[in-house]
Amino acid sequence: MLEVRDLQVYYGVIQAIKNVNFKVDEGEIIALIGANGAGKTTILHTITGLITPKQGEILYEGADLKKAPAHKIVSMGLAHVPEGRRVFSQLTVHENLLMGAYTRSDKNEIEDTLLHVFKRFPRLEERRNQMSGTLSGGEQQMLAMGRALMSKPRIILMDEPSMGLSPILVEEVFDIIKSINKSGTTVLLVEQNAKKALSIAHRAYVLETGNIVLEGDAKELMNNESVKKAYLGE
Amino acid sequence: MSFITYLLNGISLGSVYSIIALGYTMVYGIAKMLNFAHGDVIMIGGYIIFTIMSTVGLNPILAVLISIILCTLLGITIERIAYKPLRRAPSLAVLITAIGVSYLLQNLALLIFGAEAKSFTSVIPVKPISLAGGRLTISGETLITIPLCVLIMTVLTIFIKKSKTGRGMIAVSEDKEAAVLMGINVNKTIAITFAIGSALAAVASALMFSTYTNLSSTSGAMPGIKAFVAAVFGGIGSIPGAMIGGILLGVIEILSRAYISTQLGDAIVFLILIIVLLVKPTGILGKKIQEKV
Repeated sequence: MLEVRDLQVYYGVIQAIKNVNFKVDEGEIIALIGANGAGKTTILHTITGLITPKQGEILYEGADLKKAPAHKIVSMGLAHVPEGRRVFSQLTVHENLLMGAYTRSDKNEIEDTLLHVFKRFPRLEERRNQMSGTLSGGEQQMLAMGRALMSKPRIILMDEPSMGLSPILVEEVFDIIKSINKSGTTVLLVEQNAKKALSIAHRAYVLETGNIVLEGDAKELMNNESVKKAYLGE
Repeated sequence: MSFITYLLNGISLGSVYSIIALGYTMVYGIAKMLNFAHGDVIMIGGYIIFTIMSTVGLNPILAVLISIILCTLLGITIERIAYKPLRRAPSLAVLITAIGVSYLLQNLALLIFGAEAKSFTSVIPVKPISLAGGRLTISGETLITIPLCVLIMTVLTIFIKKSKTGRGMIAVSEDKEAAVLMGINVNKTIAITFAIGSALAAVASALMFSTYTNLSSTSGAMPGIKAFVAAVFGGIGSIPGAMIGGILLGVIEILSRAYISTQLGDAIVFLILIIVLLVKPTGILGKKIQEKV
């Protein structure tokens, strides 16, 4: 469904992504784990067009995403939940959700999706008319995920969804990711919380300073000695 | 009675400042740049109306409408040619470019229309009214300007809060990258903002030159700068701030000209800017810039 080939990304003269290859098949949860600064966020930003790569291909359903302008990518079925939620604090919860459906035009269908999102996140419905800047971190994460779902994505890219959340909320967020995947949406998950990410992912890639150093079945990686040492703190 | 006259004139002049300040504040909010050529669009608008009326002799209202259309196109063109290529450039480069565009427009006007100031004919068809047995006269310009300003603010506020494009503007002003992830075309949003700002500048020019009829290539610079002061005064980036800042500034200017000194009117306006920047740098309605981690 999504395939990244020989990706190289630079920030000025500094090479952030050296040579990265990976693929995501339909229906999977793929985890991209690695330490701070390994290049996880850069990869997601490159996929959704916020950064232009120096080299490499990003194929989505066979089409090269590099050729599409960044604002066209969401309407192709790719939604991105950015690191740090980045909800629009001056808009209400409801308005933020509508922004997620910005590229869609059928009002009835949008209303339909909104009902689904509220069903998945009842707290968002309770806070429907609240300014989203006043929400708690956990609620903002729910809003950012709900907003992404409003575009009816076929694949959803999540960047550090557990960042800054309490253990109970982390649990909740990962349960939600699992259930989003169960209802048919492919997930590409970037996480520092390797343990949680590996526990819900089907497959995973380990990223170290711009290179993929390990890949494989998530359960197997969980038992891999070097992964255990470096990322699971065992 | 004279105080009320001064006050009304101040509110009227302030309404014009508000309308110009909107262009500054919206462009700042969305493109994060100060478009110092904004004042010169007002001057161009004045010349367009003047030329149409004096050569073709069209109905003033039609002349204003044509000026609005041409200024809108001018605003979009300036953004496209001068500012868009600098989207990733340091803000100082953009600022200097804006000053360059300002001089370009002034000198183009000088080249085309000459150095001699033109006398603008009022486009306001409303007659002045006399109140309190002739002791209080309100000009037709004032009668039109103030309600028109309120109308513009209301329509603009509703447009931004309720329309999809308007909410897209709020999103772009808050977080460009997140806005792109929603599928918003940031370049298009910025172009729309320039279009709205320039159309409003054309409206402001028709109102202003109908009262202050002296039209020359630098006529837009001073009101442009004052509207910028108004935008900072009210809190740059805030639409109601532009309205409050503009009206306060107009009233302060007229009252200080009347009661303190005719010559020092402008000096007092800029003194206020300095005081505001010292006491409350974010302006009356300006938001504190906060980073949430």
